[in-house]
Amino acid sequence: MRIFAFFVSSAVTIGLIVALNNPLGPAPAPGKFFDPYNGFWQNAENTSHFQNINLNLDGLKDKVEVYFDDRLVPHVYAKNDEDLFFMQGYITAKNRLWQMEIQTHNAAGRVSEVAGEKALPTDRMQRRIGLGFGAENSKAFIEKDAQSNDLIRAYCAGVNAYIKTLKPKDYPIEYKLLGYAPEEWTPIKVALLLKNMANMLSVYEFDIENTNFVAKYGIDQFHQLYPERDSFTDYIIPQGTKWDFAGDTTIPQGQTLASLYNNAIEKPRELNGSNNWAVSGSKTKSGKPLLCNDPHLKLNLPSIWYEMHLVSPSMNVYGATLPGAPCVISGFNDSIAWGVTNGGRDVRDWFTVKFKDDSHNEYLLDSQWVKTERRIEHIKIKGGKEFLDTVMYTRFGPIVFDKSFGDVKSKQYLSMKWTAHQGSNEFKTFYLLNRGKNYDNYTDALTNYSCPSQNFVFAARNGDIAIKEQGTLPFTKSFVTDGSKSENDWNKMIPNANNPHIKNPGRGFVSSANQFPADHTYPYPVSHVGIYENSRAMRINRLLEDTNKMDVAYMQRMQRDNYNLIASLTLPTLLRVIDRSKLTNDEKEVITALDKWDYNDNADSKTTVLYESWYDELNDLLWDEMSDPSIPMKKPNAYTTAYFIKEDSTSIFYDNQQTGERETRDMIVLESFDKAMYKLKQQYGSLANIKDWGTHKATVVHHMSPALDAFSRMNVYCGGNRGIINATSHDHGPSWRMIVDFGEMKGYCLYPGGESGNPGSKFYDDMIDKWAKGEYYVAKFEPKEQLEKEKLFKITATK
Amino acid sequence: MKLLFPIIAIALVCAIAQNFLPWWSIAPIAFIIAYLLRLKPGMGFLAGFLALFILWGAMAFKIDFSNDHILSGRIALLFPLKGNYVLLFLVTGLIGGLVAGFGALSGALLRKN
Repeated sequence: MRIFAFFVSSAVTIGLIVALNNPLGPAPAPGKFFDPYNGFWQNAENTSHFQNINLNLDGLKDKVEVYFDDRLVPHVYAKNDEDLFFMQGYITAKNRLWQMEIQTHNAAGRVSEVAGEKALPTDRMQRRIGLGFGAENSKAFIEKDAQSNDLIRAYCAGVNAYIKTLKPKDYPIEYKLLGYAPEEWTPIKVALLLKNMANMLSVYEFDIENTNFVAKYGIDQFHQLYPERDSFTDYIIPQGTKWDFAGDTTIPQGQTLASLYNNAIEKPRELNGSNNWAVSGSKTKSGKPLLCNDPHLKLNLPSIWYEMHLVSPSMNVYGATLPGAPCVISGFNDSIAWGVTNGGRDVRDWFTVKFKDDSHNEYLLDSQWVKTERRIEHIKIKGGKEFLDTVMYTRFGPIVFDKSFGDVKSKQYLSMKWTAHQGSNEFKTFYLLNRGKNYDNYTDALTNYSCPSQNFVFAARNGDIAIKEQGTLPFTKSFVTDGSKSENDWNKMIPNANNPHIKNPGRGFVSSANQFPADHTYPYPVSHVGIYENSRAMRINRLLEDTNKMDVAYMQRMQRDNYNLIASLTLPTLLRVIDRSKLTNDEKEVITALDKWDYNDNADSKTTVLYESWYDELNDLLWDEMSDPSIPMKKPNAYTTAYFIKEDSTSIFYDNQQTGERETRDMIVLESFDKAMYKLKQQYGSLANIKDWGTHKATVVHHMSPALDAFSRMNVYCGGNRGIINATSHDHGPSWRMIVDFGEMKGYCLYPGGESGNPGSKFYDDMIDKWAKGEYYVAKFEPKEQLEKEKLFKITATK
Repeated sequence: MKLLFPIIAIALVCAIAQNFLPWWSIAPIAFIIAYLLRLKPGMGFLAGFLALFILWGAMAFKIDFSNDHILSGRIALLFPLKGNYVLLFLVTGLIGGLVAGFGALSGALLRKN
């Protein structure tokens, strides 16, 4: 009997171990995960006890000291640049390793390796648009520049030095949850990160959508709903500025192919926004320039930015770094400061390609058959077989859509040409800016920046301010083009030196907020993607014109400004045309509240909820023609919408496609109001019970993995919305806020996250509350003697 | 008292071994100690279970205490425990306790044969 019991008990023991040592569906292996010596408990960091660390690291030339301040911002003091970048890599990896790697996996189309088959469509898309192809070209391009190459390699060596110290118990918690291990960091990953950023910022491009619209409604309607310039705006370069070059205003013709296309790359919502401006000493209290930058992106944890202070004998720079790539991206040193917003130019074109036969070995170009290049993409899938995708490359880029990807019945082959496919060295721009001393250094640095176009604002301690839109800007087209003719290729580019720029304008400030770069006198075509914004630009410029006594507090008020200019353009018309006699009493109270509203999307405003709900419904009802997913089309922008509602009361677009009758503007205005109020009543019980805007909007900072939403920060109470300087919407907003004051030589900054990427650290999301309130930290841009006194702890590394 | 010594012995050896052996080493360790100490089957299970329930639970508690429950709160949301991190100590202790308990029981049963 006993022997039987022994076998049963042993079998139970072994069974338990096997069961607990393997993943349970999507959940990690419970034995490994709960083991307090190696599992997730090891990621729970001590919140109050910090120790100095001494390290011996192979690859260092000399001693490096890193002081961590009370927000865990690292201040790296190295004796040469290689060591500085080595340590930037090491420290960044120590705090953000998982994020760095998943971002490059995402760019390279490798997420299926860790997340399984559900990531396959996105992985295929990344490969088909040629992100990896572009990164390889950039890597080869960078290798030709010995200095860039050495420094990027030093950075990678630092990351790898950190990875080498790790035992499985030290892995970031996401690795433990998803059951994989970090791999070596290489220069291609640095290139992938920069291309990933380029993709995020140039994804807005609507050739396919535009072509669909023209095929359905004609070119006249197109020009009306998608005008080249909005009827009002403030350009980046002040109107009337004289150009000292001749230019070339030939509009690229390209044939508009009247055809419908069922596939387009899905676009995130528009009106995302970024702001930057610089004020000259003539308009500040201190007599020295002020510079501000708040680039807006999807709000994520770990944050897209990592704040750092990097010091070597040749540089002393502070600002936001991109985890996984060397240098500071938006920041300042003791001589200059700079910041970026997206240029919004069209840097992608789509072409139809004709193949000779089903072998796809040759395609038609200028009446000749040209050989196709092929790139076979090997996509590994967790728990499945490797997926092979053959992507064909033509003169006009990779074939993104064909019957093997997207619509299976499609007979079309659509290729995409994109400036990010070209090799470029954006790293060098930032490297040179980081050590820049003056305006000339700034313009030199910018010549290396290629994709996508960015508005680089600049201010120097010596008093200069400037702004330049920089990027490789071919004369691109707005519609799908015939790819069998080489004349349709990008045969012209705007010369780098002639990109829109201005130094020390008479008005005493420069600014950009994703608007049109220059007025009609600019002697080049401005091919853009139709997401230019005017409301933030106009509001910023009015506030900058308002006073000549600007200081840091004024800059802070501007960055958290919630004035909704789009509402001020749209709402008066809505309130004028809505038939008040058809409203119930509680609805009339809503209208009365809206009549009195000051157009501020403040967190504590309930009226904002009423307006924003109404506007959303109106926009959906009005532009329902563009919401059929099988024929992708772009909705007209907010300014066209405002103008349209005000000036045109009978257009065909007011007609609701779902109903038999023919709607008019006034009917749509009333219907959208009813719908919005109905939904609010559903949500809150009654209109009297609705919550304020901050609560209703419930801003969320999502963890990067949708599967790990428990690591997100929910319900962040703050004001703002799309189209507003403080463009904080539900999950998008200022990803970094920076103010540099050359009067006191101080930087004020923060971002919606924390310096640690570890959900088990108190520094994971500790800046979010202050960010939500529109408050700032003073950057400890200080000598090491001072940091020695203020530090939380210090890492001393020697070879 | 009869139970206390084996509990301490198992917990102590596991605490040391866990620094370089995989988590499931707790089962063979509990097995060997139960065998060597000639524990009765019931006592063996109890000793193994309590040793690891206490060792893992206490270790988790200690880590969590100096972490202000930051991570445990988030894990307790991830695993639908409605943020109740106290349950995590229980789960941690149970996993360690059951594996070591059955390991010790098996060791005790082998000795009895």
